[in-house]
Amino acid sequence: MSDPTGLIIAVVVLAAATVFGLVRARRDGRLRSGRGDAGLRLSSGELGESLGERATLVQFSTSFCATCPGTRRLLSDVASGTPGVRHVEIDAEERLDLVRRAEVMRTPTVLVLDRGGRVVRRASGPPTRAEVVSALELATAS
Amino acid sequence: MSDRALGAPVRVDPRGPRFAAVLTTLVLVVVLATGSGPLLAAQAVVFALGAALGLRYSPYGWLYRRLVRPRLGPPRELEDERPPRFAQAVGFTFAAVGAVGYLSGATWLGVAAAALALAAAFLNAAFGYCLGCEVYLLAVRGRARLGQATR
Repeated sequence: MSDPTGLIIAVVVLAAATVFGLVRARRDGRLRSGRGDAGLRLSSGELGESLGERATLVQFSTSFCATCPGTRRLLSDVASGTPGVRHVEIDAEERLDLVRRAEVMRTPTVLVLDRGGRVVRRASGPPTRAEVVSALELATAS
Repeated sequence: MSDRALGAPVRVDPRGPRFAAVLTTLVLVVVLATGSGPLLAAQAVVFALGAALGLRYSPYGWLYRRLVRPRLGPPRELEDERPPRFAQAVGFTFAAVGAVGYLSGATWLGVAAAALALAAAFLNAAFGYCLGCEVYLLAVRGRARLGQATR
């Protein structure tokens, strides 16, 4: 215990991780208009499923994603309760082409598409029900 | 990862991995404070057992079932075992590299690896945030890119 360097490093790491975790918890799952999303449009051909008549919730998942199943339940529940809205889940590992094109960095990532497949909102991390509902209002209004 | 071949994923009480992350955090703080290579090697073994056999069969999972779970109610929901198990494999890599560093006299390597592992374990313990899982997609993207480059 003579050299305190290691203990100091441990304290610094814990402090930095706390700041990171708090910032992350605030930003996680917020549905925002992504910087590169203007003009990004996904077709039913690319998704491998037809788009919703009014809007589509596209979820990127992997099998090593702890929060993906919860997001799946939420989105399919919202979609089944909202006429004209579909939930499409994409296995990110199998669709790296889409992952690159949509700049997906982590899972779950949720894209809210309007009727034409244009990306209106995106969330990195699991979104809340209220956020999904208000993003859908925006997508179906356009 | 063998679960994948078997079909239905194993589902576990999510509080088990969280409890394991708390213990891991404490162990890694002691590792950094004392610079103990053998202790980090022991943590590497714990990670390896969790990754190879599943978290329930790692020593921390055993402690959870024997000491903690009987005092708690049943879990509200179960979660897929694969994400935390994958994270154990990532943790093993860092702990093993760090233990080699400490034990071979490359203390800086031990400190760096233990510090990264501590950050990941603490984020999991305090926020339920699985850093290893987050990095997974980036790793897949990077691997695919490397594959293309060598073709």
